[in-house]
Amino acid sequence: MSVEATRVPAGRAAREPDPTAEELEGQKTARRAKRNTTIGWWVLTVIVAVWCLFPVASILATSFKVPGDLSNGQFLPTTPSTVNYEEILVGDSRQLFLTALWNSIGISVIATAIAVVLATLCAYAIARLDFPGKKVVLTVSLMVSMFPVISLVTPLFNMWRTLGLYDTWPGLIIPYLSLTLPISIWTLTAFFQQIPWELEQAAQVDGATPLQAFRKAIVPLALPGVFTTAIIAFFIAWNDFVYGISLTSTEAARPVPAALAFFTGASQFESPTGAISAAAIIVTIPVVLLVMLFQKQIVAGLTSGAVKG
Amino acid sequence: MASITLNNIVKKYDDGFPAVNNVSLDIADGEFVILVGPSGCGKSTLLRMIVGLEDITSGELQIDGTRMNEAAPKDRNLAMVFQNYALYPHLTVYENIAFPLRLAKSKSGDSTGGANGGSNGGSRGRSLGGAGGGSVDDRVRKAAEMLELTEHLERKPANLSGGQRQRVAMGRAIVRQADAFLFDEPLSNLDAKLRGQMRSEIAQLQRRLGVTSVYVTHDQTEAMTLGDRVAVLKKGELQQVASPRELYEQPVNLFVAGFIGSPSMNFLPATLKASAEGTGGAGGAGGSGGAVLSSPIGDIPISAEKAAVAKGHELLMIGLRPEFFEDAQLVDEAKKGKGAVFTAELSHLEWLGHEQYGYIEFEPDEKVRRLLADLAAEMDADELRPQVVTTLSAESRVRPGQPTDLWVDTSRIHIFDPETGENLTRDAEAGAELTRMAAEEREREIEVAAAKDG
Ligand SMILES: Nc1ncnc2c1ncn2[C@@H]1O[C@H](COP(=O)(O)OP(=O)(O)OP(=O)(O)O)[C@@H](O)[C@H]1O
Ligand SMILES: [Mg+2]
Repeated sequence: MSVEATRVPAGRAAREPDPTAEELEGQKTARRAKRNTTIGWWVLTVIVAVWCLFPVASILATSFKVPGDLSNGQFLPTTPSTVNYEEILVGDSRQLFLTALWNSIGISVIATAIAVVLATLCAYAIARLDFPGKKVVLTVSLMVSMFPVISLVTPLFNMWRTLGLYDTWPGLIIPYLSLTLPISIWTLTAFFQQIPWELEQAAQVDGATPLQAFRKAIVPLALPGVFTTAIIAFFIAWNDFVYGISLTSTEAARPVPAALAFFTGASQFESPTGAISAAAIIVTIPVVLLVMLFQKQIVAGLTSGAVKG
Repeated sequence: MASITLNNIVKKYDDGFPAVNNVSLDIADGEFVILVGPSGCGKSTLLRMIVGLEDITSGELQIDGTRMNEAAPKDRNLAMVFQNYALYPHLTVYENIAFPLRLAKSKSGDSTGGANGGSNGGSRGRSLGGAGGGSVDDRVRKAAEMLELTEHLERKPANLSGGQRQRVAMGRAIVRQADAFLFDEPLSNLDAKLRGQMRSEIAQLQRRLGVTSVYVTHDQTEAMTLGDRVAVLKKGELQQVASPRELYEQPVNLFVAGFIGSPSMNFLPATLKASAEGTGGAGGAGGSGGAVLSSPIGDIPISAEKAAVAKGHELLMIGLRPEFFEDAQLVDEAKKGKGAVFTAELSHLEWLGHEQYGYIEFEPDEKVRRLLADLAAEMDADELRPQVVTTLSAESRVRPGQPTDLWVDTSRIHIFDPETGENLTRDAEAGAELTRMAAEEREREIEVAAAKDG
């Protein structure tokens, strides 16, 4: 992308008629400077990519190792095999992994849905209406998201035991909301504040009822924002470990990140690293898929161009 | 096609700010009315009340004689071009233009569609080239063709230039056979060249479609060239509604006189004196009654009628448009008699090719200085410098810094009461005649446009 973008103007400049020597020199330096920045960006990108992706690659490699390979100190498996995947998908750990996967999906989806619905209503009010305490809502939600999770876990543990929420889906969904709601409210408010609400009026003048105006002019613009927020909220719930391990005790509600800690090797002398790696790869897949599928929406600048440029 | 009537419209915003005060205005069917005024005078507010986006605090709005105060925007069947175009960014140009049609269609599908269908049918005769009955596609394409948007139909608004977006907004307004068009400074963000082009396109389009139009603008040229009538607003109050010519030649008060015209009218303090023959080098024969106005640039003889209206006022404000002045050497004898010659020193000159501006500075006293400052503040203009701008013929070889003989057309002088701002010399009859002529002109132009369309 960035290479394309910088090349085009340079090419156009070269085609301009009869540049003087001085201009040519200027263009050359400008182009050189541009190329240097481009190279700089590339180097930086590669460093960041390696830094982020190396652990993932390592886990990926490990997940294909046979148990004997695990501690041989090599990066790549000597004989790639899918034993670890078989182990967690059809083998002994199957029960443990698949129920955990089901828990993870169910709890994250429900938590996300509730958070997005509530946050949409809240953000709409903050962006559109003038009421006292707007600032308070935003500040409080920011404070909630700043609060260290670990300090909440012990009181929650006790409360959930008494209330009978311990080791149930709602017992995780509720704390997940405390993680996902603040960030959802913040992102959606920022997003809604950018929407050209005038369009609603334009639509009404064009002959729409207030409801039609909202549905046809505003919802299509708001959807990408809601979508992005949903994805972010889903990741947060999906990645949680602290609540997952502290507020569950059985397979009834234990999500994947927590369940990984309960994997055992084939025998008690074998470490479960291979199986854990395979499970880690599998839970990463939905995240990667989501990002790839909805990259466009996540980056969408749909609102630009509504008003004069 | 509809007339719009405003009866004593008042708008008070929730915070108590009176944005529009007691405005009454009759807009005839097919008329092009311009709203002008300094920033914040309530032009947009008025437009938004007409279209139904803002509640009317008191007064009555009628469209075609029916009270519309309470009607929802969708039931008023008006089309509006917003100041920032308000295009739907998620829709293509085609869908943007088709948007109102699709809404109308979905509505006539269910049982509540009767009213709207009826009004569409009724106005079909003068709609877009008679395409009223066509399918959505026909009508969108016809509008796009008219606005030269055909090749951009599949593009998104974000990728269009300012002028193209402006035309899409126009397209969305004209496909609909609305009863009237409302424009809120549609050209204010375009560059000068495009603005000129769009201005003439809007003028022609309005004549072709013969649709009642209300147009808000800041721009002098747009106000003078587009409007059949121009309504001048000041702080939410209507000052004068008249044809551009009447506004220019017969303004009702200091504010209108100063606001209309560019460069604007020169205001000079003056006192009425009985003439001692031959004072101040004023050799003209204008003052048959022998009255002169003594002003900082010399004594100006005036006719008996003008002297009569000026009588009884201690201090007067006289208004002279820049083009009332001329280099005395270039005025033919026949014309010279209508005015007076005086001697002044030009502080500097600006030669523009087709004419030149000469500036005469004068020293006002404290009271006059305050009056001028107030006036400038009202008009939202820069400080009114104590100087006189004169438009001289480009051939004139006058030099700044030397005593120069200048001729001024005293027969067209305006005399204002500085306290009330009222124009004492306004000839209401002549003004009304100018506006009547403009109305006839409009009728004729619409006929010509209709004949051209076959
Ligand atoms: N929603 C509102 N609440 C309170 N006051 C408002 C509101 N909208 C506008 N006003 C006030 O009403 C007055 C008229 O505003 P309006 O937008 O009609 O001005 P305008 O003539 O269109 O000015 P401009 O030429 O700058 O667009 C202004 O003084 C403004 O401060
Ligand atoms: Mg405005």
